[in-house]
Amino acid sequence: MAQEKEKEVLQLTEVTVRFAGDSGDGMQLTGSQFGDTTALFGNDLNTFPDYPAEIRAPAGTLYGVSGFQLHFSSQDIHTPGDSPDVLVAMNPAALKRNLADLKRSGVIIINTDSFDAKNLKLANYSVNPLEDNSLSNYKVYPVPITSLTASALKESALGKKDVERCKNFFALGLMYWLFNLPLDATQLWLKNKFSKNPEILSANETALKAGYYFGDATEIFENRYSVEPAKLPKGTYRNISGNEAAALGFLAASQISGIPLFLGSYPITPATDILQYLSGYKDFGVKTFQAEDEIAGICSAIGASFSGQLAITTTSGPGVALKTEAMGLAVMTELPLVIINVQRGGPSTGLPTKPEQADLLQAVWGRNGEAPIPVIAASSPTDCFYMAIEACKIAVKYMTPVMLLSDGYIGQGSEPWRVPSVDELPKFDVKFRTEKEGFAPYSRDENLARPWVRLGTPGLEHRIGGLEKANISGNVSSDPDNHDLMCKLRAQKIKNVQHDIPDLEVTGDKDADLLVVGWGGTYGAITEAIDRLRKDGKKVAQAHFKYLFPMPKNTKEVLTKYKTILLPEINLGQLAIMIRNEFLIPVEQLNLVRGLPLKSSDIEKKVLEILGGKK
Amino acid sequence: MSNNIDTTPVKLTAKDFASGQDVRWCPGCGDYSILAQVQRVLPELGIPKENIIFISGIGCSSRIPYYMGTYGFHSIHGRACAIATGVKVARPDLSIWVATGDGDAMSIGGNHFIHTCRKNVDLKILMFNNRIYGLTKGQYSPTTVKGQVTKSTPYGSVDYPFNPLSLALGSGASFVSRTADNDPKHMQEIIKRAAEHKGTAFVEILQNCVIFNDGAFDYITGKENKAEKVLYLKDGQPMVFGKDNSQGIKLDGFTPVIINLNDGVHSINDCWIHDEKDTSAARSFILAHMTDHPELPMPFGIIRQELKPTYDQGVTEQINAVIAKKGKGDLGKILFGKNTWEVS
Repeated sequence: MAQEKEKEVLQLTEVTVRFAGDSGDGMQLTGSQFGDTTALFGNDLNTFPDYPAEIRAPAGTLYGVSGFQLHFSSQDIHTPGDSPDVLVAMNPAALKRNLADLKRSGVIIINTDSFDAKNLKLANYSVNPLEDNSLSNYKVYPVPITSLTASALKESALGKKDVERCKNFFALGLMYWLFNLPLDATQLWLKNKFSKNPEILSANETALKAGYYFGDATEIFENRYSVEPAKLPKGTYRNISGNEAAALGFLAASQISGIPLFLGSYPITPATDILQYLSGYKDFGVKTFQAEDEIAGICSAIGASFSGQLAITTTSGPGVALKTEAMGLAVMTELPLVIINVQRGGPSTGLPTKPEQADLLQAVWGRNGEAPIPVIAASSPTDCFYMAIEACKIAVKYMTPVMLLSDGYIGQGSEPWRVPSVDELPKFDVKFRTEKEGFAPYSRDENLARPWVRLGTPGLEHRIGGLEKANISGNVSSDPDNHDLMCKLRAQKIKNVQHDIPDLEVTGDKDADLLVVGWGGTYGAITEAIDRLRKDGKKVAQAHFKYLFPMPKNTKEVLTKYKTILLPEINLGQLAIMIRNEFLIPVEQLNLVRGLPLKSSDIEKKVLEILGGKK
Repeated sequence: MSNNIDTTPVKLTAKDFASGQDVRWCPGCGDYSILAQVQRVLPELGIPKENIIFISGIGCSSRIPYYMGTYGFHSIHGRACAIATGVKVARPDLSIWVATGDGDAMSIGGNHFIHTCRKNVDLKILMFNNRIYGLTKGQYSPTTVKGQVTKSTPYGSVDYPFNPLSLALGSGASFVSRTADNDPKHMQEIIKRAAEHKGTAFVEILQNCVIFNDGAFDYITGKENKAEKVLYLKDGQPMVFGKDNSQGIKLDGFTPVIINLNDGVHSINDCWIHDEKDTSAARSFILAHMTDHPELPMPFGIIRQELKPTYDQGVTEQINAVIAKKGKGDLGKILFGKNTWEVS
């Protein structure tokens, strides 16, 4: 029965938790609720939803397991954690799929109700792992979550199925108890979500509290844990995913530039969230067009850009493949456009829900003809906000399509964000051509950008198109020398973007022999690896690319300073190809293409291998 | 921004709608006539020319924007409707025209075409139907008749062709019409009606390709055949055709049949009365499919017109309604979201 004595609360610096269950078990919701609560509590946080491509795969199967990992800490952290300290396994398949990732002597909370013959068989367990001692290296807490939820809800008017569906809130309540976290953020969320369905609201709330009180009452847990709030810079914070941050970044770009925002898009995992968020910003006048296909998505955006609006299209790798011809049209017509690619595993349909960085060469070189466009990449969920604004600014200033690369991990993962005030946002001035005198559609300014004209401007009627343009006049031309000149002008224009981008910065031990170079979403893993290596007395420097094409002006100077360059990527070495090609310098590679974010431990291991024990 | 296109009268002439670029179609091409009729009709609309936009895909037809003195966009194969939709949604106050061909609209751009019709985007789509790929030099198109020998069907085409009017009707286009390059007055009339229609206006223009499919429509629009083979539809009027309007179309159940108005048995009162706004889609399809029966005349004119709110109008109205309800969005507020915490 309930202990009278309060259980001892042990302080931890950081914890990595993974919730795992059937794809219908609500693990994504449970994980994101737990994340929001730790964030509101003041922890630094990084999350990684890892779910299958099937919406509701057959219950109990190994391929139907959905997971949500989160890492929270009293210190500054950058990754969702390499290996979980705690695994919540809602069924045998979830245990089987995730056990290998768990830390040695890690904690497993198991829903014992689901460990029946049928589910064990579905998970390919010949013997119940709860009974064969195979989990003896872990701290196992067996909890009959389904039946405890059912008994807590025996008064509920809900049917058996609906009652069972509340079990994730029981698990969540128990985790809140274990980590000494408050219930109120989740209770508030439930109230808003189910305001029109009081039965479900009350059942979920009851399950949540039952889980919490169960922790208090049961004797199986010796202690509770607590992670102090992190010492983050002063300000107001919220938890945000990269996709929501990107949507807000595009909105902000439109608001600060005063140009209406138009999104042409087709749903595709893992980029769809951006379309969904933007479709909700009607009160800002944002127009979202869910097109009949990827091609119409980008083409409608090109039309909106031609009309004089801030136009974007959101997609993932296969969608970029379909949009490729239209991107070339935007290059030829020199219209501003942002294409965001939330990268997923490829080729083809590949791994729709998993992150990868294998679309870099596609972004930089993947069009017919000489069709250069600036390519930039966000390095973390919150960075998606700033890079979305940056992409819009470059597009408009240089009258060019811009590719912004994100990925499934930073797009769907989240972290705390110190929310900027509107006056902290970058300046964004736009000039539309209105004067008739001396107007030529393909005349150029000092950056080589051509004039942008709003449709409906009297006296500036002109024609553009995909056929080669005569320099300045913009008339159709197949003159050999003109084509040569135009190819070179378009290339130089993109090169000029270098004048607007910051230098490549080196952090860590600037005088080290080894420089670890990364780009995009691997920033967190590399940073955490280097922090740990330096704490252990190793000398390592770090540089992270956010501008991939063109690269910062000082790139060669930075890269040639170091004896060894290590380049970890979630591909087979695409930035490595670009660096070797551009600067003719050797690069050591670390390539893991597992459909997962890089682990900082993988990077540490490789660095140690290179350093050979050298301090 | 309002969805009403400004039609305050401005005095313009056909010349104002020429870009001054050399027109580069083959001598004798039907496209010359289409360009001329468009340039003749546009001044009558009273729309300032900076508010008229021509957007095209790829093919001979799609060169038209270069020859117009308006804003224009010669885009990529099949995508004109998608690009035009973006322009119209962004700027509902502009008059947007799509120039396309049978290959551009019905083959590579088929998906964009049907969805534009379905959404009732306020676009004027002029489809030059010459039943051949001209710019790639003579391969069969999705409207080429079955059995025709072309460069890519040396033993005859085995494909069934699309019926463009039926495809447009089936996709929900709210204005579906047909005219021909050698019928300038009729074409002007139809283009004008299309311009005045609010919603997707589809105009199939039978167009002769002198090089690769010369005379493809002679069996209908040729001098000696026209009177017997073209049925000019007039709203509210009985369907009559032939020399001295001696023949009529009677609707026998679902079957259109030819009646002789001078045979003493039939009279004008037996004829099918054309109703552009007929609420029965079935009757519109019957008209569209008369094309499939060579013994029947081919209907020209407005097959169907339906007045319903446009897509672009829906988008604007929804935004206005949300702003009226919630007020104008505040960037400062939305960045903070719903759950924040302070670090001091």
